[in-house]
Amino acid sequence: MRFSLLLMAPLLFIGLAAKPALAATDIIPASAQIQPAQLAGELKATPPTILQVGFSKLYQQAHIPGAIYAGPTNSETGLTALKAEAEKLPRDAAIVIYCGCCPWNRCPNMDAAYTTLKAMGFSRLRALYIADNFGQDWVDKGYPTVTGQ
Amino acid sequence: MHRRRFLMGAGAVGFGNSPVQALQKLTPGMTPPPFSRTGLDGKPVTLAAFKGKVVLLDFWASWCAPCVIAIPHFRDLQARLRGRGFQVIGLSMDDSASEARAAAIRLGVNYPVVMGDAKLAIEYGGILGLPVEMLVGRDGRIVSIWHGETPPAVIEKAVRASLG
Repeated sequence: MRFSLLLMAPLLFIGLAAKPALAATDIIPASAQIQPAQLAGELKATPPTILQVGFSKLYQQAHIPGAIYAGPTNSETGLTALKAEAEKLPRDAAIVIYCGCCPWNRCPNMDAAYTTLKAMGFSRLRALYIADNFGQDWVDKGYPTVTGQ
Repeated sequence: MHRRRFLMGAGAVGFGNSPVQALQKLTPGMTPPPFSRTGLDGKPVTLAAFKGKVVLLDFWASWCAPCVIAIPHFRDLQARLRGRGFQVIGLSMDDSASEARAAAIRLGVNYPVVMGDAKLAIEYGGILGLPVEMLVGRDGRIVSIWHGETPPAVIEKAVRASLG
């Protein structure tokens, strides 16, 4: 792939601006995290509202039954989508957010989603702890999964 | 209303719904699904065109930090081993081609990159986390598959072994 320098210059600037954050997901307290096995259990009893805040191609391949797509929250567009979905919910709704695009400490979406929903006043907000990715930590474990838009 | 299909996993919890589709995982020895797409540079890219070469398929995205970290290593491998019949193909899982193109330029990618989608990802057994690398041998069969952050030396060792 060859691009002229003239073409590259402005795109380089755009690319740098969009560079993914390398920071770890470190603002979600352990007390607000839920493990996959626990959520799978809750799905059988009283499912919380589940928001997938990751990337659409991941959601389209596989997601937790009932999960609403509201992402990706590493972008303003995704945060707007998340806020729009959240506005429909009572502030005391039990909510679980998840992504699973990358290892937990590499995820570019979870911190922003958690911070945004906390700022909106949601009091029963939890984050699904996905150690490596949604495939290994949810689908491969045999937890319920659907595919679709 | 959206039509949804249930995936089947070992020990899947049914919740009253019957699983009707399973992700067919690819494993070493299998032949990867063919694809034919237009690259980010506008040129056609088909997997079949690289038959006889050792091909590294890199499922990545611009927002995936481990993917972005790995790309300079793939770029370096491509430059050093191209003459021995080695080819990297990037398959971006970004939502938009413009994001992938900007990242490819920023990272100095020197191999073809095409846009992936959910359909292709499912054909490849599900790309449910990034990065995923798949090494295809000269015989067109999968040699190795790596999920998640993988040391570059591990991949290079496998590439060199496949090149012979």
